Amino acid sequence: MTMTSDQSYVRTEMLSEKAPPVTNIGIIGWMRTNLFSSPLNIFLSLLAIYAIYSVLAGLLPWIFGGIWNSSSLNECRAKLLEIHGESTNRACWGVIRERFWQLMYGFYPEHLYWRPNLALIMLFAAIAPVLFNGLPKKMLLISVAFPFVAPWLLWGGTIWVPVLAFMGFVIGFLVHKFVAKAMSSLLGIILGVLAAIVWWLFIMGPLGNTLASILPLGIEAVESRKFGGFMLAILLGITGIGLSFPLGVVLALGRLSDLMIVKALCVGFIEFIRGVPLITLLFVASVLLNYFLPKGTEFDIILRVMIMITIFAAAYMAEVIRGGLAALPKGQYEAADALGLDYWQAQRLIIMPQALKISIPGIVSTFIGLFKDTTLVSIIALLDPLGWAKLIQANAEWNGIIWELYGFIAFVFFIFCFSMSRYSMYLERKLQTGH
Amino acid sequence: MTTLTDPPKASFRLSMLLYDTRYRSTTIQVIALMGFMLGAAWLINNVAVNLAAAGKPFTFGFLKDSSGYDINQTLIEYSSQSSHLRAAVVGLMNTLLVAVMGCILATFLGVFIGVLRLSTNWVISRLAAIYVEGFRNVPVLLWIVLIMAAMSHSAPQPKDFRGDNATAHMQIFDSVAITNRGIYFPEPLFSSGLGDVAMFPDKSTAACEAYAANSDDAKVIKLAKTCGSFQISLDLIAIGSVLIAGLMISKLITLRAAQIQADTGVRPTVWYLQLGVVVIPTLITLWILGFYLGYPELKGFNFKGGIHLRSSLLALWIALSLYTAAFIAEIVRAGIMAISKGQSEAASALGIRPSRTMSLVILPQAMRVIFPPLISQYLNLTKNSSLAIAVGYMDVTGTLGGITLNQTGREMETILLLMACYLVISLTVSTIMNAYNERTKLKER
Repeated sequence: MTMTSDQSYVRTEMLSEKAPPVTNIGIIGWMRTNLFSSPLNIFLSLLAIYAIYSVLAGLLPWIFGGIWNSSSLNECRAKLLEIHGESTNRACWGVIRERFWQLMYGFYPEHLYWRPNLALIMLFAAIAPVLFNGLPKKMLLISVAFPFVAPWLLWGGTIWVPVLAFMGFVIGFLVHKFVAKAMSSLLGIILGVLAAIVWWLFIMGPLGNTLASILPLGIEAVESRKFGGFMLAILLGITGIGLSFPLGVVLALGRLSDLMIVKALCVGFIEFIRGVPLITLLFVASVLLNYFLPKGTEFDIILRVMIMITIFAAAYMAEVIRGGLAALPKGQYEAADALGLDYWQAQRLIIMPQALKISIPGIVSTFIGLFKDTTLVSIIALLDPLGWAKLIQANAEWNGIIWELYGFIAFVFFIFCFSMSRYSMYLERKLQTGH
Repeated sequence: MTTLTDPPKASFRLSMLLYDTRYRSTTIQVIALMGFMLGAAWLINNVAVNLAAAGKPFTFGFLKDSSGYDINQTLIEYSSQSSHLRAAVVGLMNTLLVAVMGCILATFLGVFIGVLRLSTNWVISRLAAIYVEGFRNVPVLLWIVLIMAAMSHSAPQPKDFRGDNATAHMQIFDSVAITNRGIYFPEPLFSSGLGDVAMFPDKSTAACEAYAANSDDAKVIKLAKTCGSFQISLDLIAIGSVLIAGLMISKLITLRAAQIQADTGVRPTVWYLQLGVVVIPTLITLWILGFYLGYPELKGFNFKGGIHLRSSLLALWIALSLYTAAFIAEIVRAGIMAISKGQSEAASALGIRPSRTMSLVILPQAMRVIFPPLISQYLNLTKNSSLAIAVGYMDVTGTLGGITLNQTGREMETILLLMACYLVISLTVSTIMNAYNERTKLKER
């Protein structure tokens, strides 16, 4: 018996792949695994979908069917009754249209809105070199100028104050450089700081007055009590964030330091601040801080609040950074010692970059918390968005408006805080160097 | 012969304080301490000068003066004749009340949402995520004032319940009234109760008056001042002790069942016994005491009787719970996710059912991760309860830091006391926490 060679019982080529069953792929497959995998899940999914539907069915017409052009709540309600009849419920967005600028800027003069706007744009330019690499070095000049220009833009007044304040740094630096060359570097630091402090405390004021009378350069001054709305919230938030971060790093290092007294001071400060609610610190700012300063010292209320918010956030920041430092393997510290780096070099080059990276989520959530906490200033009668909401509700035209006003404020806060938390996730991924 | 001599002693130079690492840390510490003390002295001096100039000596004597204001919700007896100190205590108890209520509700809600977020069901986990992101990205103060405003504007007024064609009706068999002033519940009352016992003789009783009047002894007068300060309800003690006794017996039954299981391998069914020893004696006690519910009734312009949950307390409670629950949900989720998958796989390999895996394997380990941040959320909730001042709930910030401050004008003393109150709460809880953490820490090699 012979076998012809073309009779083959072994398949020589692969069958082409069969498509998976239609119930396992695409939208149907996805729904089967994610929504309807078990009787309980079917029930829950249907319940949830019904709940979403009923909420949206009420909410969407309320939001998008609302009336924008009305100047009082009664007028708006009358219009709604005319259009939709008795039973329907629609929003009266007129309050947002009418009071939008007050919610944003408070009593800040309308023709000067460009100044806070410009300050905000400058802020982005100033922090750009920190956020993104590969920008021209010249951008750093904006970062250096920003702390002096921004307050001047916001509060206005003579130009000599920011210029002379900046001069203090220049003089301090020059003294340091000169003394360090002539004598010792440590003496240079001490004398430099002293020179700058002397300049700010004793020379700056009279010199500023003289210069202002000789050459009155300046822009329109705006008083603190005119600040309000989201501008105030953002101002307090950003100064708090900017100042609490370095303070927090210092406190965290102090708490982990071997120096007993420094450690005790830092622990006491951190635990005290973390143990009391922010509102008591704001009470301190509004009624008590004047007692702690020499008699007759007049202190701007916004500045006082800024100080309190900063030290409050700094204590929380210190704990977050301490967590990052504790999470760092001990080998990193030992490696830094082995390389012969001194304390500050080790911190700057090895420890801090890693510790801060570990603590990014905590740092950002502290920032978000701080930004949300700025609403507490409405309790001590500063007109932040919530303060404005109260003011608008007390007004005869908009008495009784709740959801539109608070909904709008909540929405703006949500946008800010949510984007901050998303940015921190992005940053975490970007800086991820592990395996 | 050579003799060993000491190496030449390095003469101490002043610059060594700075450049020698042996001395430098001491130098820095001394400078820091001096700086701190100088700063503190400067501040204290300023305070002394300023207070003297304002004519307000630093004393806490004002706390004994009668407060002259009423508090709408009190857990202990209080009237406008009571002292400022008592007002502060009333406020502190209100703070603790809302904090405890908030912690309980936030925990239940937070655990629930956190577990839902881990659900394999896409819609459910998304909804939980929306809840978490929505609540934690909006300031808590906004939630508090929003809920307060919504309740006082949309809930019916008490007068709407009146008349034949009333626009509002009481809920649940006419027992609960939801009004814009709060919610009225039935209250438990006892027709043949045992009454209250005053810890100290009551001020109105003859004994107390005699106590105060007939004696020049400073000690007796001091004691008489506390007359009627505390009253303890005997009914509650009776019910509580019966309940506790029942629970202890039930625990004994469990232990016995475990012993039988260990001996014979068969666990007897005891749940009905346990239920019986807890429930039946309690019910009998309630019957003996003549337990009945006092329903709220509309009298005049408002409801009378029943338990009144004020809308300020409700708004604060709900807002704090919803807000904190969002954070607790994240903590729970992180805690459960921190347990490696190998643990649940090992549990399956041992043949433990999935529902038991959670309670026997995952949760006991996750608790160790969850507990510390959970407690710090509780502390945050307690501190956030100070925002009660925005809705007029009389917590310690509202009494001591609000009305007492305004009436006496003693900012320094009241705010320091207020801070001390919160500080004591925080430090006590965190001390207990640290001890607990130390005990449950994973023992590593």
